[in-house]
Amino acid sequence: MRLTPEEEAMLAGRYGEAVRRALAFQLAVGEFFGAEDFVPVTSAHLMAEIESMGEAGLAFVEEMADLGGQVRIPTTCNSRSVDPYRWTALGQDERQVALEDRLTRALQRLGVLTVDTCINYQSVVPPRFGEHLAWGDTGAVIFANSVAGARSNFEGGPAALAAGLTGRVPRYGYHLPAQRRATVLVEVHDQPRQRSDWSALGCLIGRQVNDYWQVPVLTGLSITPTVEDLKHLGAALASYGSLALFHIVGVTPEARTLAEATGGSPPTRRLVVEPGALAEAYRSFPATTERPDLVVFSAPQLSLFELRDLARALAGRRVHPAVRLLATTNYQTYCVAERLGYVRVIEEAGGTVLQGSCFYLMTPNELRERFGYQTVVTDSAKLANIIAGYGYTPIFRPTDVCLQTALEGRLPW
Amino acid sequence: MVEERIILHGHPGVGPETEGEALVCADNFSARYDLDRRTGVFSRPGHALYGQSLVGRICVFNTAKGGVATAWALLDMKRRGVAPAALIFRRANPIMVQGAVLAGIALMDGLEPDPVQTIRTGDRIRVRPRAGLVEVIRRAPTP
Repeated sequence: MRLTPEEEAMLAGRYGEAVRRALAFQLAVGEFFGAEDFVPVTSAHLMAEIESMGEAGLAFVEEMADLGGQVRIPTTCNSRSVDPYRWTALGQDERQVALEDRLTRALQRLGVLTVDTCINYQSVVPPRFGEHLAWGDTGAVIFANSVAGARSNFEGGPAALAAGLTGRVPRYGYHLPAQRRATVLVEVHDQPRQRSDWSALGCLIGRQVNDYWQVPVLTGLSITPTVEDLKHLGAALASYGSLALFHIVGVTPEARTLAEATGGSPPTRRLVVEPGALAEAYRSFPATTERPDLVVFSAPQLSLFELRDLARALAGRRVHPAVRLLATTNYQTYCVAERLGYVRVIEEAGGTVLQGSCFYLMTPNELRERFGYQTVVTDSAKLANIIAGYGYTPIFRPTDVCLQTALEGRLPW
Repeated sequence: MVEERIILHGHPGVGPETEGEALVCADNFSARYDLDRRTGVFSRPGHALYGQSLVGRICVFNTAKGGVATAWALLDMKRRGVAPAALIFRRANPIMVQGAVLAGIALMDGLEPDPVQTIRTGDRIRVRPRAGLVEVIRRAPTP
């Protein structure tokens, strides 16, 4: 890779050992992907939580802090494996909480804002068109790339931390205009009717286009999606397809026309979402039991509007005693939702609102073993996808069916 | 019978030269989605390698799956002795490469001929990232 004098100095250790290690790491990744040089980034978003990084990852972060590392661009961190306020109610292991505490301190020493959120784009650092980013959490990356037209690859925890320390990333993948062109045309003939239908749509497309380097462009949508709709579409596409960018003609900024989205070269594949396909996406998760253990609204964390809608649906009602209803959000949104009374309404109905975490991060294996949880009903296709690897039976259902299940203690289908 | 040495060529990979036994499938891979990371056993029903262990094996997959967790998880698995010895993909994504670099595990992609078709589970293979090639040293006994 071609290095600037500043990058040469970083690599020579003149900015300290933490920066030297960070740049060397980035160089190895960049050369693998044939990057020609580095590109400055305006923010980093770091996925760091004990469930995936373990004590080895924690030791790595602590060492970078001990070496005097300091992020040089705004750097935020993603959802964590415990809710620092409610972990006892969930029966999470004290040891896990202690490790997360240590991680928080190390991240803060590095200058990372420990906002513990996967919806940084909704509540902390809204991405803007054309800016280069070093973000982790795939849901955040695909939102920034697709909805805002910002430019980021999937930067995993160590890579986003490196970018925070050096202020740059190797220029390859979604930083290059050529990689942003649509390669798969998706004709949608089944219109999403509620929020979870966008998650279903992402699930359907992601199952068929499961390759980081492919870019779907959607046509045929007659409904203008909300920010929440796009968030769930993106999260599901990123989860099922490992995709980092989508376009919707007439909606997203790099797709004012189909020709603009494809950059003039015809897509290599065409998919059709036939009428009835969204219902089929739900039914691809069979109702293995009528009596699920958990109804979870999470992945990504809920926005203020999503919490408002949940509060409205639960107002004056009771969650069935055989079911546990969990919702996750971030600290900022929780604060406002508390002021607006949403948290009280949800908790009076018997639900639990968790902060700073996301269900699949919350040591789900251990929770399953401790409480005997087996079945999770959720309106997030992303959560349904991930949680299967933790030994749960996921049942993805429309938002209204999830609510009905929570209230009646029984899954209607 | 003298076997012809099979060599797969690609671009330089990351990590150290590694020799080991291959575990091959045409499925995609994520440490979070597919594994019980406490043991290194594939725990996702429906995965081609469900119930098998990747510990100490050189895994061959189609491409990456899911999100960012694998970028951290490989280091943690290596420290706990439940990591794969090396990873080969038809095409990798950034997360797998970041995870491999952090953990010091060899990773290669873009090999010809197709590693998923060419390498068989049980083959003894050598991954040479710096040279950009993978050698099949000894074929698994034909079942």
